[in-house]
Amino acid sequence: MSNGKKLLACPYVIWSAVFIIIPLCMVFYYGLTDKSGAFTMANIAAIATAEHAKALWLSILLSLISTVICFLLAYPLAMILCNLNVNQHSFIVLVFILPMWMNFLLRTLAWQTLLEKTGVINNILGFLHLPTLNIINTPYAIILGMVYNFLPFMVLPLYNVLVKIDKNVINAARDLGANSIQTFFKVILPLSVPGIISGITMVFVPALTTFVISTLLGGSKILLIGNVIEQEFTQTGNWNLGSGLSIVLMLFIIINMVATAIFDKEGTGTAL
Amino acid sequence: MKKLWLSLLVASMGALALTGCGSDAAGKNGEVVVYNWGEYIDPDVITEFEEETGIKVIYDEFETNEIMYPKVEAGASAYDVVCPSDYMIQKMIDNDLLAKLDFEKLPNAKANIGTQYWEQSKGFDETNEYSVPYCWGTVGILYNKTMVTDPVDSWDILWNEKYADNILMQDSVRDAFMVALKRNGASMNSTDPAELAAARDELIAQKPLVQAYVIDQVRDKMIGNEAALGVIYSGEAIYTQRENPDLEYVIPKEGTNVWIDSWVIPKNAPNMDNAHAFIDYMCRPEVALKNFDYITYSTPNDAARELIEDEDIKNSPIAFPDLSQYNNLETFSYLGDEGDELYNEMWKDVKSE
Repeated sequence: MSNGKKLLACPYVIWSAVFIIIPLCMVFYYGLTDKSGAFTMANIAAIATAEHAKALWLSILLSLISTVICFLLAYPLAMILCNLNVNQHSFIVLVFILPMWMNFLLRTLAWQTLLEKTGVINNILGFLHLPTLNIINTPYAIILGMVYNFLPFMVLPLYNVLVKIDKNVINAARDLGANSIQTFFKVILPLSVPGIISGITMVFVPALTTFVISTLLGGSKILLIGNVIEQEFTQTGNWNLGSGLSIVLMLFIIINMVATAIFDKEGTGTAL
Repeated sequence: MKKLWLSLLVASMGALALTGCGSDAAGKNGEVVVYNWGEYIDPDVITEFEEETGIKVIYDEFETNEIMYPKVEAGASAYDVVCPSDYMIQKMIDNDLLAKLDFEKLPNAKANIGTQYWEQSKGFDETNEYSVPYCWGTVGILYNKTMVTDPVDSWDILWNEKYADNILMQDSVRDAFMVALKRNGASMNSTDPAELAAARDELIAQKPLVQAYVIDQVRDKMIGNEAALGVIYSGEAIYTQRENPDLEYVIPKEGTNVWIDSWVIPKNAPNMDNAHAFIDYMCRPEVALKNFDYITYSTPNDAARELIEDEDIKNSPIAFPDLSQYNNLETFSYLGDEGDELYNEMWKDVKSE
């Protein structure tokens, strides 16, 4: 029986070795060597140069703003979804997942067409004699693209955790005299912390590393850390520097995950 | 030269097709793997080549020379025919990536490509042994006559604050620096740190006026009246004028880049014979004409030019300018790894500003 189980795990072990562990080792190998193959920390230290540090800082800032906006939009939505009856909510969840069936690049390109100076939105605004919207090729367009693309990743974990909260717990809180605001802050919010954590991670990490959104909606004028790394690989051909910067980015992602894991423990600890 | 997402789609579809079909799909005379610029060939030409020769064409596309180079250098994809530009061919020759061509197998290339283009090729391929010219042209300013009121004859107009947020620049390091270097009266092959720093500062000063840094999208954005001025390859100019008659193409008086894109065969090409057959087929006058009609990039194929029926196109100053009237035209040359690094470093400064 246990042998059978081990055999079943085989494909996953091979999968993770070939597609996760080996590529990761290659990133570390390239990141920690120079062009001649000698060990160096220069590729990692390169993050401190002005243009790299600026790109990283801008990436962190934009993804933080996007994560906060996603959270503020997603939480009420997830609560509304939970309170709908079964037939309705499966339909509405479907509506939110539906756009994800379409290619991510196409959806971002669609925003480009919508936001352009002579684009769809400005044509409609012009027709109604309203002032036009000029956010294409600015950081605002990038934030819009991030929020639009990553919102479902915030909604779904929040919805999953909220829908599992025992209604009796909420009723008990009301029974014991808590008003709805107190119920929310003392019961519902603490119980949904695991969903908040995974939602934040699932929005923050892809937003931090994106380069397509900033290229398409930022007009290549705004350099995020993802763009820097992408250009080192595709344009400059300096794989060592690209890998070194990727390692730095990985550190930031790990810090984010460790921080949320610690916060998660405390959060659920006080809630129970 | 296609948009990023399209290239990605094509690449992923190509990968699917490869895994799906396996070797059964290869033509009866084998296959040839071609790596070309996006939208740089009439698709019918490929089909006709396959039908006539029984060689299956596996076609892949790139957006800039800089994207193409590492893929050929890594050798993992084993391309048979590639179409880089001048300076990149020089870099590939210097780094021993290219095979010498067998001109016995390229009778059409010898017969039909004009002598002046072989001469010009000597700038990057001294002995004319490695490359066969496919397209050539200039880089200039495309402007919308209804939106630009000043005369356009100089790169200076791209620094005019009147056109803030209405200017499209090329998102490729050598092309962007060419504009600034030429404007400053320097050579576009300069490696003088002071001249480059001056060009970089000009580009940084220009950045607030730039609507976007794009490559192939210049065409669609100019056609859609999205911007007033754009830096563009001459080959795109005829196409955009067909779609939007308000557009006009100008070669600035400070001079510009005269470029050639040529067919080359990488050293590790698995199908040498088929690669030669493909290149020779492209040099047939009627095939070159068909490609010219489709992509509107100037052809170095004199026999094909003779076949153009429309006199306006045949003598078009955009497609076939008389270059003798300019004395400040240059062709990019490879600047060595150090030169490349200097440019890349400064370009990063511009982009991160």
